[in-house]
Amino acid sequence: MDLAYGPRYEAFRQEVRAFTAEFASRAPRDRGMGGGREWQQLLIEHGYAARTIPREYGGFGAEPDILESRIIAEEFIAAGLPMGMASQGISMLVPTLLELGTEAQKKQWIEPTIRGEVIWCQGYSEPGAGSDLASLTTHAVEDGDDFLINGQKIWTSTAHVSDMIFCLVRTEPDKPKHHGISYLLFSMKTPGIEVRPLVTMTGQAEFNEVFFTDVRVPKSQIVGERGQGWQVANATLKHERGMLGDPNQAGTRFKALVEMVKTETVDGQKLIDSPLWRDRLLKLQARVLAMEFHGLRLLTARLRGENPGVAGLIVKLMGCELNHQLAAFAIDALGEIGVLYDGSPHLRANGVWQRSYMFDLGLIIGGGTAQIQKNIISERGLGMPREPKLAN
Amino acid sequence: MDFALTDDQKMMQDTIGRTLDRVCPLERVRKAAADHEPYAADVWQALAEVGVAGLIVPEEHGGVGQTLLDAALAAEMLGRSVAPAPFVASCVMAPLALMGSGSPAQQAEWLPRLAAGEVVAGVAVSDIAAGARDGAGVAAVQGRLSGKALFVLDAGAADLFIVADTLKSLHLVRGDAKGLSRTDLNTIDATRRVGELAFDDVEAEPLAARDSAATIGRMIDAGRVVLAADILGAGGRMIEKAVAYAEERKQFGRVIGSFQAVKHLCAEMIAELEPCRSLIWYAAYAFDAAPDEASLMAAHAKAHTSETGTFVARTATEVHGGMGFTDLLGLHYWFKRIGFDRQMLGGPERVRGDAAALQGWV
Repeated sequence: MDLAYGPRYEAFRQEVRAFTAEFASRAPRDRGMGGGREWQQLLIEHGYAARTIPREYGGFGAEPDILESRIIAEEFIAAGLPMGMASQGISMLVPTLLELGTEAQKKQWIEPTIRGEVIWCQGYSEPGAGSDLASLTTHAVEDGDDFLINGQKIWTSTAHVSDMIFCLVRTEPDKPKHHGISYLLFSMKTPGIEVRPLVTMTGQAEFNEVFFTDVRVPKSQIVGERGQGWQVANATLKHERGMLGDPNQAGTRFKALVEMVKTETVDGQKLIDSPLWRDRLLKLQARVLAMEFHGLRLLTARLRGENPGVAGLIVKLMGCELNHQLAAFAIDALGEIGVLYDGSPHLRANGVWQRSYMFDLGLIIGGGTAQIQKNIISERGLGMPREPKLAN
Repeated sequence: MDFALTDDQKMMQDTIGRTLDRVCPLERVRKAAADHEPYAADVWQALAEVGVAGLIVPEEHGGVGQTLLDAALAAEMLGRSVAPAPFVASCVMAPLALMGSGSPAQQAEWLPRLAAGEVVAGVAVSDIAAGARDGAGVAAVQGRLSGKALFVLDAGAADLFIVADTLKSLHLVRGDAKGLSRTDLNTIDATRRVGELAFDDVEAEPLAARDSAATIGRMIDAGRVVLAADILGAGGRMIEKAVAYAEERKQFGRVIGSFQAVKHLCAEMIAELEPCRSLIWYAAYAFDAAPDEASLMAAHAKAHTSETGTFVARTATEVHGGMGFTDLLGLHYWFKRIGFDRQMLGGPERVRGDAAALQGWV
């Protein structure tokens, strides 16, 4: 066990620090969508975004190096600078195309996507196909050189601002459900697409419903083979699961909580001076630390090319739950102030805790609900039997 | 960056695990409990042969000279097999007392014998680690001890005791010292023995070569990490047993392990316990490599693993249904082991209080 990064990586850290010091003034204030296209372009040029995307597709072309990626993240967070864009196109579609796309698809889509010029949304979930995604019914029927698509998607983040969609549709209705799906790319401006905003409990339209009526898509815009869309989609779902349970986020949130209990007072007494609040805070601190070190353990497994087994399967469940608990603590610690919202007087931190508390519940559900995670942990991690299928 | 066990550590842990599988099956644990053995001498002997007794004792004193992480890995195996053997006091805290504050002569006299498993040492620091109850406290007057110590770890058949007085000085007391009376305290856990020591003007040797208060702090930190690792091992074994039972027991025409209600309990247990392993590894690593963080990490490892252990102990018992509640399966030995570890050297609330103080929050 040795937690030092070693001289080569410490030298790399100094490079990143030199960049963050030199360019901090050019970083955009608005952190939405990762900091904007100009910032994204600057990051790509210096290798701090799209780092491992090959140069021929517009990336920086570095060899994948887990520790370098981690150091970049650590230093950008420490400097308070926006990281590169993390849209669904960049974090999910691009890795999929690199793995399974044709040369033409890679050439056409990767560069504009990583530069933030083409925004993508993900058309997976449907009203009748959530946790059981493979039962999706949006279908594509052959019509000459095209598919004609009809059906509906839901939970489609950013659909209202997206140029393109990567979408799962049923092309082989006679095959078993996992073998009848195809993965298509098409423009959101194609006639027959209607986007309706879906307002969530936070009060904002974080998602959309997307309706397809005779949407015509050339057959060539498929990734992978016909009927192999499930395998293609699983490559991206893996990326999403990895993305949601970031343990650093809990550490950053925890620091903010400590600041809060050191400054907020009730009856003139600081919250940190109350043994009750302290004890609850300490319980959370143990969880935050445990997940941080757990992250180091998984990082080591990745560096060694080892499968971390059940230790890796628990991260989505535990990471999302912990973030939710941290927000819940903040709201309770604020007391009556904790229910203020939407620009009210006395509101703290622009209502970020209230919004997180609600939005995090969405993250516990999205990308594989907590219950689905428990199925995965027990079946794949502990080797327990699957639920028997009911006879229809 | 390498946050993982070395091949040597994996091999050492595997050797201890195999040894315990051989010499310490459940029937052996039952016998030790039924006969009120102070510890299972044959189990202890087998453990000493594979180096467990001298794991952290320096090589110059006949030990293996390993780190606290190695001791934690050993403790995990002991918890896994609910081994009726002294460890936390005799193999970790007492050697640390001698290494930290013993004179060269004291180290030369006792460390080789501890490392060989020839003597067992009890440790009396409960009033400092967990708070004084029922009037516990030992006073030293001109090197002679009076008063009483409660919850003395590994006290059964101990040949010597390391005793902290109320002013945080350390003393070495021989088990047969005049004026020392010893009482076994029956606990829920029949696999480790704690005792009460009454001191009536007892002769003691000071352990005063270096700052004893700092040494006591190190002993408690190490003890907490080791108890957390014991819970990790016991809890992990309870989950294995719950999963195995759920895959065998049939109701409503199917194994109960195919019901999500049961599977999800098992998933929750492992999801809670695996991060404890990471926390314990880090706490043990910090003890040797990052001393500034060691006390805080030890406190968190102890408190959080205790909370998780309690959850696992009750949940794994529930998965076993009525059988879990009986003596037939012996599952309760693990349940009680975890309950014991939770309270020793400070329960979660007490230890979190220490963690708050360490961060200047009190």
